[in-house]
Amino acid sequence: MSKTLFEKIWEKHIVKTIDDGPSVLYIDKHFIHEVTSPQAFTGLNKRGIKVFRPQQVVATADHNVPTLNQHLPIKEELSRKQVEALIQNCAEHGIELYGLGHPFQGIVHVIGPELGITQPGMTIVCGDSHTSTHGAFGAIAFGIGTSEVEMVFASQCLLQSKPRLMRINVDGTLNKGVVSKDIVLYILSKITASGATGYAVEFAGSAIRSLSMEARMTICNMSIEMGGRCGLITPDEITFNYIKGRKFAPQGADWDKKLAEWKELYSDANAIFDKEYYFKAEDIQPMITYGTNPGMGIGVTENIPTTETINENDRSGLSKSLAYMGLQPGSPIKGQKIDYVFIGSCTNSRIEDLRMVASFVKGKKKAANVEVWIVPGSKQVEAQAIQEGIDKIFEEAGFMLRQPGCSACLGMNEDKIPAGKYCISTSNRNFEGRQGAGARTLLASPLTAAATAITGVVTDVRELLN
Amino acid sequence: MKVLTTIQSRFVPVNIENIDTDQIIPARFLKATTKEGFGKNLFRDWRYENDDESKKIAHFPLNMSQFDGEILVAGKNFGCGSSREHAAWSILDYGFRVVVSSFFADIFRNNALNNGVLPVQVSDAFLQRIFLQDNNTELTVDLEKQTITINSTGEQEYFDINSYKKTCLLNGYDDIDYLLSIKEDIKQFETQRA
Repeated sequence: MSKTLFEKIWEKHIVKTIDDGPSVLYIDKHFIHEVTSPQAFTGLNKRGIKVFRPQQVVATADHNVPTLNQHLPIKEELSRKQVEALIQNCAEHGIELYGLGHPFQGIVHVIGPELGITQPGMTIVCGDSHTSTHGAFGAIAFGIGTSEVEMVFASQCLLQSKPRLMRINVDGTLNKGVVSKDIVLYILSKITASGATGYAVEFAGSAIRSLSMEARMTICNMSIEMGGRCGLITPDEITFNYIKGRKFAPQGADWDKKLAEWKELYSDANAIFDKEYYFKAEDIQPMITYGTNPGMGIGVTENIPTTETINENDRSGLSKSLAYMGLQPGSPIKGQKIDYVFIGSCTNSRIEDLRMVASFVKGKKKAANVEVWIVPGSKQVEAQAIQEGIDKIFEEAGFMLRQPGCSACLGMNEDKIPAGKYCISTSNRNFEGRQGAGARTLLASPLTAAATAITGVVTDVRELLN
Repeated sequence: MKVLTTIQSRFVPVNIENIDTDQIIPARFLKATTKEGFGKNLFRDWRYENDDESKKIAHFPLNMSQFDGEILVAGKNFGCGSSREHAAWSILDYGFRVVVSSFFADIFRNNALNNGVLPVQVSDAFLQRIFLQDNNTELTVDLEKQTITINSTGEQEYFDINSYKKTCLLNGYDDIDYLLSIKEDIKQFETQRA
């Protein structure tokens, strides 16, 4: 029988299925961080049990860490206590921790892939919705709540019902100035922020296959913004070449064995999806959001919708959204004045993102009215950027290269956007208050964010490309 | 986990669609290492002006004295965004046992069920009927029968729930108890695939 990529991985991980109920799904890798794990450790301690398979758990500190002066103690007491709790819990339960000061520290969804921990065919979970990122390798990877973190600690399993299956095909060649972030913002603008709820989403088509691993991660990262349980992409030579030689990648004979298994991971020609979408890469232009959910996006040269032109899903929320954003229906977004530029987050903080920004801004200077924060996704990304001299380019442009962490993506740590200010951000969510109470977020690609940093207003990057 | 069987109560209407978990509980309140005390920050930035507890936003339903009860009724796609279970904890800690909407995000639905909060998904039409009721109207949610009733009019709708999760809620069981009970099966699975 024909099977989808998702089904091939799913079926290999079912321990048993409860009659008329969920399945017991075995989890290969469990990433944890300081914010969503402490209550799970407390739960284990109350039950008097230890983590069942600590060698399958990897920890880092990312959400609550400062991105300046990381060598100093964390100033904010509650943040410091949370990070200290992680250190203590990992030590008690024998879990590998890449904490502050460790050369592998970074955003959990950046370090997993760059260390070669994330591999095709795996089941991967983390108490963070952007765990969908790891699906770019052809893995079932999804975010879980803290009760579920405790379940995986206790048993290395979760009770899960099989989601429905969706395939989103993007075929063709991308236009100049259009990158993977634009693809996913475009899909979101078409299917809305709840368009994939209840589905595992496979991204396919020639435009997706042409992307690098890091670009694919950006797409799978935001599958949760469509409501998707997870996002996946068929692993191929690009995937295998990316993994080979990384710290925890299989070696020698083990590599050959794994590679043979990975090559079987694709949706069969006649596999059936519950829902399928087709998009043309040529229709996509640089995208930007104007509203307060990631589905509220438009091409950068388009006008903000009115109640007549907007999709039905966002109609009732449009005026509330625009009031929060201080924007007018029917007006252009291009030319909107910006106060902050944030380039970072698990969506766009990898070395290719930094290279893309650096090659664009080389020899240019930021506009006087903007503050620009570049936050690398990990210590390894930071080190690579410095080795390539990218830090110098940023310095000359007036951009501030900070230290690794989730930073201004979520308004939790010290990096917040002040109330009422506009921030063009390469992160994943433009919810009210997401980057700080009252902050106004416009989501875009690193390239569009970089162009906007130079001009100080929302800019069509294509006008500045040669 | 607290047992849930039947809830008969007035309701608090928050007639907004796509309520994400950052609105339910903003990230700056996720720094605790326990599950208690999140209720006071539920919908924090919709309840108070400029984060100031002395400045209640009068038109937000949680601040309106005429609304009360153990049932929260909200617009479609409730609980989208971040996986933070703190959203479910804050709803429970505030005093709600049931959330009614016409659509729930997946992770929130699981988190709610794992904490004894019942997500009741109704049709768009039924949801609009509830929003039209006055503030004294009571709703009855009967988990055993899987029905929700508007008591004043007798209108009723059936709702879906996974039968395993239903048993858990009716009895106060949680998934960890079950998973620990099948540890030998899990070990055997590990051996077979190695």
